[in-house]
Amino acid sequence: MAVVDTTAQSTTGVPQVLASKVERPSEGWTSWVTTTDHKKIGIMYIVTTLVFFVLGGIEALMMRLQLGAANNTLLSPEVYNALFTIHGTTMVFLFVVPIMAGFGNYFVPLMIGARDMSFPKLNALSFWLLLSGGIVFYASIFFSPPEVAWTAYAPLSGAAYSPSGGVDAWIFLVHLTGLSSLVGAVNFYATIAHMRAPGMGWGRMPLFVWTILIYAILLILALPVIAGAATMLLTDRHFGTTYFVPGQGDPLLWQHLFWFFGHPEVYIMVLPAFGIISEVLPVFARKPIFGYKAIAAATVVIAFLGLLVWAHHMFTTPSPSVVLIFFMLSSFLIAIPTGVKMFNWIATLWRGTIVFKPPLLFAAAFLSLFLIGGISGIFLAIFPIDWQLHDTYFVVAHFHYVIVGGAVFAIFSGLYYWFPKMTGRMPNERLAQISLVTMYVGFTMTFLIQHSLGLDGMPRRIYEYQDIGNLELYNQISTAGSFVLGIGIFISFYNFIRSLKKGAVAGPDPWLANTLEWFTPSPPPQNNFDEVPRVRSIEPMKDIRRQVERQSGIVSDDREPARS
Amino acid sequence: MPPRTRRFSPATTGRAPRDRAVRRPRNTIPAALAPTATYPNLRRTLLAALTLAGLGLLVFAGAASADLLTPESGGSPNADDIDTLYKIVLVLAFIIFFAVEGVLVYSLVKYRHRKGAVAAQIHGNTRLEIGWTVGAAVLLVVLGGVTFAMLGDIRNPPDSDAAGYDGPGVVQVANAASGDRQPPNGKSLRIQVNGQQYLWRYTYADGDDNRLNNVFSYTDMVVPTGTTVTLEIKAQDVIHSWWIPELGGKFDAVPGHTNYTWFKVPADKAGTTFRGQCAELCGRNHANMLANVRAVTPEEFEAWLAGKKRAIETGNRDVVEQRKQLFPTEEDQVTEDSAVNPTP
Ligand code: HEM
Ligand SMILES: [Cu+2]
Ligand SMILES: [Cu+2]
Repeated sequence: MAVVDTTAQSTTGVPQVLASKVERPSEGWTSWVTTTDHKKIGIMYIVTTLVFFVLGGIEALMMRLQLGAANNTLLSPEVYNALFTIHGTTMVFLFVVPIMAGFGNYFVPLMIGARDMSFPKLNALSFWLLLSGGIVFYASIFFSPPEVAWTAYAPLSGAAYSPSGGVDAWIFLVHLTGLSSLVGAVNFYATIAHMRAPGMGWGRMPLFVWTILIYAILLILALPVIAGAATMLLTDRHFGTTYFVPGQGDPLLWQHLFWFFGHPEVYIMVLPAFGIISEVLPVFARKPIFGYKAIAAATVVIAFLGLLVWAHHMFTTPSPSVVLIFFMLSSFLIAIPTGVKMFNWIATLWRGTIVFKPPLLFAAAFLSLFLIGGISGIFLAIFPIDWQLHDTYFVVAHFHYVIVGGAVFAIFSGLYYWFPKMTGRMPNERLAQISLVTMYVGFTMTFLIQHSLGLDGMPRRIYEYQDIGNLELYNQISTAGSFVLGIGIFISFYNFIRSLKKGAVAGPDPWLANTLEWFTPSPPPQNNFDEVPRVRSIEPMKDIRRQVERQSGIVSDDREPARS
Repeated sequence: MPPRTRRFSPATTGRAPRDRAVRRPRNTIPAALAPTATYPNLRRTLLAALTLAGLGLLVFAGAASADLLTPESGGSPNADDIDTLYKIVLVLAFIIFFAVEGVLVYSLVKYRHRKGAVAAQIHGNTRLEIGWTVGAAVLLVVLGGVTFAMLGDIRNPPDSDAAGYDGPGVVQVANAASGDRQPPNGKSLRIQVNGQQYLWRYTYADGDDNRLNNVFSYTDMVVPTGTTVTLEIKAQDVIHSWWIPELGGKFDAVPGHTNYTWFKVPADKAGTTFRGQCAELCGRNHANMLANVRAVTPEEFEAWLAGKKRAIETGNRDVVEQRKQLFPTEEDQVTEDSAVNPTP
């Protein structure tokens, strides 16, 4: 177990990580089922969500295969509609949102110098609720999967037009994963608010922790709305209420409620990704984050504005002009803090000494791709332009640039960055480079051309299209690209599995990083820290390394420059 | 922080820096961080990349005219205005894109780790940060300004041409509903668009309140050129979305609501068929809920409308006759109007 020499704070003695007698923690599968250790739960989250990522990916490839030829008859419309419903729902509710909770689970306590989450048992409950939500939802493919898209617009999702149980399975998933996220969010909030190491004021909290805090608050604000809406849909379907029934209720009410949740959901997915990037860039540029306060503040502002833009998804509905104008302007506003983050990240690289390790490669890919998603978002915010682009492949391209180019590339950056901490082994660099290039090329082939598909008039959610203009050619490029992307992702997975056994031993701090999770052995012992160091800056681990250098005379590469 | 002078010199960039093993004494940098990748000649790579990007741009510029980069247009002034607005935004977008990607790639290449290089320990720069925040805001104000300037022309229909159609079907809407934009003289060809799984039905106004004897058609809408057409969009089952890309934006057909839009096909487009399809998931056959708008000259339109009207009237009469023969006692329940024409 790690015994940290507490003299780290005094000026004498050399702080170091020592190994002393440890009781072997129980192993075997029961230890996973019964665990309340945030690290084990974090790993279960990450592994489970990656399995769902693979499932969602297979569904995506099946759809792309169907679209690989005009008037294709490979898949029937009911199968295709089920596929995009399951794919979208999986990727949002079972992959991107919960994997952020997985990273948060594992690393928030470590980064703030805590020994576990505030409520370890609730934490286990979160995970098991998530898993049951996923199982309930996927079970529907053996009966009648939902065919109403992840947005489940009424009245199509009502009993009259979707009588089978698929929509009910979707509602059940929303409830179970929603409860899971809510419980988790409360736990994150409590942990971050109350369990930070001595000296770690709000202004010294790692930026990833900031984003998880905001993620938690957004979940708490947005989830009850979708939970309520889904319950109303359930009672409409089975108990005779008419909330969303035309004439008696209003189908547009569903859209307002859904997107009041749905847009913050986008930031729920992408803010923690921003957090990962804000951790990775300074470590590999060997330079402090540029504008810590601005980045933290931008996170808060984005979250606040994110609650005020929902109807930009409804520009084509019958809505008064003042509504359209309000939501266009609020969407403009949100571009400002997002741009600020982008500029700060690039400024972090500026005049650094950038080490091109796998986490940085994926972070750089994130920067270049997310920018495109951000720019295409401006087009969509201008409502007359959105009248042309809404519900076309331009939108499919836009949100995949944001969520795959943004969140997923950041997730891979995080996986490579923290893999040594979680497993004690280094991932293979060459494989990571090959994976990155393959993913980048595949991603660009798949999604860049989809902007043109949308501009040429191809709506989304169609299982077939006619061979007009270049539609077939563009679709073929996209389909080919999706398989390249799939191979790239597969290479990284192969790398992770292979490195579990074959990777070089990582040691506690292989990247010379800045935050406290690296002040533990890899993987960290059950109680994380025997002694929690006092935090004196936003880069406590760097401080600790400096102190070691000063006291031992051993110099590492990142010390203050001696000007030549 | 005094400016650091560090240049690319052949010594540092001219060859692959393979000599990472040469480290300062007592260097404790972990093996994991030691750069292992052998960088190819980065300057040459950068040049190649720039050349490629330039070529790509040329191809793109060429393709832009082929509508690779812009929305469909040409069938109606509102579609053209949206296209123009889009292009203005696109120019700004490209400038931002190349500027930001450029700085990003430049920093990645220029500030990559090299032996002896030392990172500047900068924590921020308030002036700079305020600067780019204000810059972003100004850009958005400009975009907002351009949008508002063009909004009127996109939303409000013009009058029909003098040579446009002005016969049956053209109505003057009194007390237009709030979303229902009418041309200055108030006169337009009025068509009610009704979405249903998985068909579009068009009902042409005929001036009276009885909707049962109106001309109607499915899937193919016929309209006169040079004439302002205003649409009243409804749905009778689930949500659909009316969209003919070359005639402007899409508008959802929501049961229980009415949505409005308009278009005006220029006179020289007579004989053109504009294709479109439902743009809101409406069930299994959503992909095949097609819509076509065929533009004809005002004269042809007049003839088409009259022919259609006659066909519907004779059709109704025939059906009534048949039903009279089949169900003699029910005769007064079946009227000419309700026989063929579905309820609106
Ligand atoms: C890994 C490569 C991926 C590919 C090739 C892919 C492909 C697709 C395709 C073909 C569609 C259907 C488009 C349509 O018919 O409208 C789709 C929809 C969607 N995708 Fe992906 N996707 C990928 C990853 C992701 C990820 C990581 C997310 C994360 C959230 C995601 C979220 C969505 C959503 C929300 C939809 C909309 C579903 C709906 O219309 O209900 N996708 N994707
Ligand atoms: Cu949104
Ligand atoms: Cu449809």
